[in-house]
Amino acid sequence: MRHKYDEKKIRRVIGEKVQFVQGDASAVYGALLAGCSFFAGYPITPASETAELMSKLLPKAGGVYIQMEDEIASMGAIIGASWAGAKTMTTTSGPGFSLMQENIGYACMTETPCVVIDVQRSGPSTGQPTEGSQGDMMQARWGTHGDHEIIALSPNSVQETLDLTIEAFNLSEKYRTPVILLTDGEIGHLREKCVMPEKGEFEIIDRKGPTVGRDKYVPFQADESLVPSMARFGDGYHVYVTGLTHVEKGYPSTSSAEDHDRLVRRLVDKIEKNRKSITMVEKDYQKGSKIAILAYGASARPSAAAVRKLRRKRKKVDFLRLITIWPFPNEEVRELADRVDRIYVPEMNLGQLVHPIREAAEGRAKIIQVPRIGGPLHTPKEIMDAMRKKA
Amino acid sequence: MFNKARKIKEKYIQDEMWPSIFCVGCGVGNVLNYTLRAVDEKRIDIDKVVFVSGIGCSSRLPGYIDADGLHTTHGRAIAFATGVKAADPDLHVIIFTGDGDAAGIGGNHLIHAARRNIDMTVICINNFNYGMTGGQVSPTTPTGGFTTTSPYGNIEIPFDLCELAMGAGATYVARWTVGYPYETIQAVKRGLDNKGFSFIEIITPCPTGYGKRNEIGEGKEYWEWCKKNTILKSKYEALPAKERRKEKRIVMGEFRNRKREEFVEELWKLTKA
Repeated sequence: MRHKYDEKKIRRVIGEKVQFVQGDASAVYGALLAGCSFFAGYPITPASETAELMSKLLPKAGGVYIQMEDEIASMGAIIGASWAGAKTMTTTSGPGFSLMQENIGYACMTETPCVVIDVQRSGPSTGQPTEGSQGDMMQARWGTHGDHEIIALSPNSVQETLDLTIEAFNLSEKYRTPVILLTDGEIGHLREKCVMPEKGEFEIIDRKGPTVGRDKYVPFQADESLVPSMARFGDGYHVYVTGLTHVEKGYPSTSSAEDHDRLVRRLVDKIEKNRKSITMVEKDYQKGSKIAILAYGASARPSAAAVRKLRRKRKKVDFLRLITIWPFPNEEVRELADRVDRIYVPEMNLGQLVHPIREAAEGRAKIIQVPRIGGPLHTPKEIMDAMRKKA
Repeated sequence: MFNKARKIKEKYIQDEMWPSIFCVGCGVGNVLNYTLRAVDEKRIDIDKVVFVSGIGCSSRLPGYIDADGLHTTHGRAIAFATGVKAADPDLHVIIFTGDGDAAGIGGNHLIHAARRNIDMTVICINNFNYGMTGGQVSPTTPTGGFTTTSPYGNIEIPFDLCELAMGAGATYVARWTVGYPYETIQAVKRGLDNKGFSFIEIITPCPTGYGKRNEIGEGKEYWEWCKKNTILKSKYEALPAKERRKEKRIVMGEFRNRKREEFVEELWKLTKA
């Protein structure tokens, strides 16, 4: 009794091809189209709409929805279900994302594909539950303990939430790693036109299964892709999965520096060495620009508006939007820093991605923060004013 | 028993993991033996069994079995196992956990899984302390018990894990000590038979941790201590009410075996509808 991907059924469940929906809903559509068959979650503002819609649609699409007792359990359940062969997802917001961190690390260590959508809200702590923010950019990177790499994407619209949710599933299956979709209260609750992509307009990637019999199968041995093939529980491969440092056969090895080094470096390298193909950005450069705006997610919307207004005034300005957040698009940021003298970074926090941006720029351009917290988006004017002051 | 144990070892044990990490006199290995015997006697296809565990001495057990195993984070075995079972209901899920893992850090998952009556068999190895970390006080340490973090004797009241599981809705509940192998094997078999949440507590010696600080001794003395501090349910129930109230020993036996709607079956009804 296992889930089978049935596109017709999924499209019937989703309904109209063109819809006017919230970002939280388009995330659910994206997940269904990507083949998500297991969802575990816990209510939290502003992400609850995803769980509500999943509970309604997922059983009809042939999958299983469970509301767990907390976010720790939700994260655990999606990892367990992933080993039973399902494509799995959970959604949450800041406080819940904090609770998930230990098990996100477990998913990294055990190379378990799964998707976590964090609809960011204003913190710390309970903060402003209904207000959007970009406060978890660093938590997504370093929230779990120990050396690891992570993949995180950040959409700036309802349509892109759908597209990137599909991408998140594909990346998690391809690299066998948790993928975080960093949306926020603004994008999650925003209503916009959303078009369901047709078959052939998007790719569906499934994890590699074993290509050899049980006797020859080594569960954590990787080929040159650095990603091992994944056997499913119940298929007779007898896989032992542990969060302890383990050798290729899966057995614990807790006091060998070599074994730990070999494992953790491979986990990092399998993402790090594919930084180029994982990186997605939107570039809009003008010849001769001396200034640039670099933004992502919700704050990229007023940033793009500021760019348009400046250009209408015949000011030359470059615009770079990060879609992939982690692994960090170092090269793209460095390239921009080589082009201009000043890069303005509007973020809905008191300064998070500005740090890796500075690191990537290596002093080639001055990096100027344009922070905003408390909920409302930056206005284009606010961004332009900040640019005038420092110019 | 010993011949059988050898056969069980040949059939189910992952040789490359041998010898185990367990201390001399530890009862965790006995629990493994009893559990595998129950699986063997039920003729369950080992390819379709997933052994799930959390963190602690008890939770190392899945690593020694030649089967699918999921050694998860501290306290979360039941949450992970819920995902395994719900995603593929054809799998049998057996959980090894300890008193700290199941009732301390993982208490929330324990009661909710019992409430849902999800089909899984939880084998809770209760050794009255956190053995892996050096013997700290746990939610089941007897009042007055000495541990590394209750140096003046435990001032807290311990959990009765079976009462807790029953209160939360578990449909099969039993408690034995490692000194009752056949009764324990029978309990695990009944737990596997039960289409619902089965909770089997097994009181187990920990000479290195709890034993040393409470002058219980090792090996035979510890097994005798377990016997001395427990009373069969049938004997307990035969006591006059007044004596029952005064009874300090831990009651052993099968406390519940009943039927109720099972969670994953109900879940998949929605999917198939």
